[in-house]
Amino acid sequence: MLTPPTIWEHAALLGHSRRDFLKFCSWLAAAAGLESSQVGQVVHALETKPRIPVVWFHFQECTCCSESFIRSSHPIVSDVILDKLSLDYTQTLQAAAGKQCEDALQQTMKKYKGEYLMLVEGSIPTGDDGVYCCINGRTALDICREAAEGAKAIVAWGSCASNGCIQAAKPNPTGATPVHKLITGKPIIKVPGCPPIGEVMAATVVHLLTFGTIPKLDRVGRPLAFYSRRVHDTCYRRPNYDAGLFVESWDDDNARKGYCLYKMGCRGPSTYNACAVTGWNGGTSFPIRSGHGCIGCSEENFWDNGPFYNRLTNFPGFGIEQTADKVGLAAAAVTAAGIGAHVALTAARKGGVIGEQERDAKEP
Amino acid sequence: MAKHIFRRVYLWEWPVRIYHWVTALAVVALAATGLMIGAPVAVMSTREAYAGYWFGTVRFVHFAAAYVFFFALLLRVYWLFVGNSHARWSAFIPVGRFGTFFREMWAVIRTDVLQLQKPPLDFVGHNPMAATTYAFIFLLSAFQIATGFALYAPMSAAWLPGLFAWVSPLMGGDAGVRLWHHAGTWVFLLFAAVHVYLVLYHDVVESRGELSSMVGGSRFVEHPAEHR
Ligand code: HEM
Ligand code: HEM
Ligand code: SF4
Ligand code: SF4
Repeated sequence: MLTPPTIWEHAALLGHSRRDFLKFCSWLAAAAGLESSQVGQVVHALETKPRIPVVWFHFQECTCCSESFIRSSHPIVSDVILDKLSLDYTQTLQAAAGKQCEDALQQTMKKYKGEYLMLVEGSIPTGDDGVYCCINGRTALDICREAAEGAKAIVAWGSCASNGCIQAAKPNPTGATPVHKLITGKPIIKVPGCPPIGEVMAATVVHLLTFGTIPKLDRVGRPLAFYSRRVHDTCYRRPNYDAGLFVESWDDDNARKGYCLYKMGCRGPSTYNACAVTGWNGGTSFPIRSGHGCIGCSEENFWDNGPFYNRLTNFPGFGIEQTADKVGLAAAAVTAAGIGAHVALTAARKGGVIGEQERDAKEP
Repeated sequence: MAKHIFRRVYLWEWPVRIYHWVTALAVVALAATGLMIGAPVAVMSTREAYAGYWFGTVRFVHFAAAYVFFFALLLRVYWLFVGNSHARWSAFIPVGRFGTFFREMWAVIRTDVLQLQKPPLDFVGHNPMAATTYAFIFLLSAFQIATGFALYAPMSAAWLPGLFAWVSPLMGGDAGVRLWHHAGTWVFLLFAAVHVYLVLYHDVVESRGELSSMVGGSRFVEHPAEHR
């Protein structure tokens, strides 16, 4: 049996120079947060280790994650990782279709049981026995469970697979569920975002392919290298925030001056992502640099944490457009009225008592 | 005129008094700075960002007051176990005397709130209604601390905030934590309004020296009421 080619062999086959390959290795090492002295290890691994088989599933999703991935700025990523040779199964990019495609999946799952990497894009509907997402006559739930069984590790691409995203927004009619709530006992790496940043996706999957280990994850299961800091902590508008210089409305002078977008509902202070560091589309820009606040796309429930242009989420249970402050002020008014009524009642009922005390005091 | 015989009773030991006033000041500072963090005032300034830091200062005051608030609560929690009978946990959780506790609570509501009953009730220490409310305030304080330090964890290198980082995933991320932290503020403000009103009410209407008891520690109790 032929051993599968290594990533270096693939790259060379596709016409990438040795120099390109080494640059790619340094880029990868930097992205994975390694020291420069460890670049050699990366090179060695990519030269010698056969590529891990990868299957990429598309469930309830919009394909924005795939779109983001193929725009990752490093050419070797798209060429090698996404090349039809490297991905054993992915309905959207694969040359094969229909039966051929499903056969390829079955083959990989059988042949590489316990070894393959499972990438999941999209949430999984669990309502009504999972009928809201079927592929080849089987529900996503069923396919996901079967594939997870023999997977070495699972990557949850994007907010859909990590936390449900828009499909799971209230009232979640299809019972859309993120992967980690359905699969247990397998390492699951979440790469949230709508979509996640291409470079972040690439670095995560290449880390897995290169080292065969799980990158360091945070408490929620996201790679620390990219999700340990808030957009707010690395935002270039931060000095304006600290100086209390805020955009007050979209077309004011402050907006033109590039002040902080906090009062326009920017979710940077509660969003963990690398946007302000890596930028988007090969580092061209990111939402805040383009003048729009962060909408918190990589955070759980971000669709329900609206409206996007209010600083605080609507207060639940009081209908739409009810902020905590509106509810608080109403409660304060009721409290004030209660105290007022009590004062009046006291004057009526206890006035005598106070008068008696006063008379008492005057008596010799 | 009837003779009134009063006796001085020492109720609030120094840790309770320290806790009380430190907390009262800290809560005022926290609520004021917190609401400012929630909705900063519009400053139309022509200065460059590097020339100002007022919002950073507001946040700094919030975090500094937060530590004070936290350690004051720790002191009070310690005193729940070693304090006198009015300060002990059993004054707030009436183990073994729930029946009387709730009967007396109902009497307090009838007398002080609905004023259906004229002769004033006097309790040495907290009345059951007050004790229950304070127990709730202790819990709410812990909640503000847990949510506050969870929000603070990513901006601080200290280990203490890090201890609360687990709160965030439970509440669906930092956005949810902020919402509930903000909501908690309103509960504190409403409590403070009613609390201060009731303290003044008892002081004015019943002349018990209620207010000064939290300063000097003792108040005067009319003789027959002493054993309630
Ligand atoms: C927002 C600020 C405040 C908070 C959070 C607060 C909280 C509390 C708590 C928890 C207790 C129970 C004490 C204990 O057993 O440890 C208490 C008692 C008391 N507080 Fe406050 N307090 C506040 C403001 C005030 C103010 C402004 C006054 C004065 C006007 C005041 C006067 C009193 C008095 C006299 C007691 C004793 C009440 C009793 O005997 O039932 N408090 N307060
Ligand atoms: C009675 C106690 C407290 C009150 C009333 C209070 C109030 C508030 C309010 C209203 C906000 C604004 C929330 C928003 O709209 O986003 C806030 C933010 C915050 N509070 Fe508190 N807080 C209290 C205690 C604490 C404590 C103990 C901590 C612990 C460190 C804390 C840390 C924070 C942090 C980190 C923020 C976010 C600030 C930022 O984004 O820069 N708070 N607080
Ligand atoms: S624009 Fe948003 S992320 Fe940037 S400093 Fe302001 S609030 Fe923070
Ligand atoms: S700035 Fe915020 S909303 Fe925009 S992509 Fe980044 S995390 Fe998502």
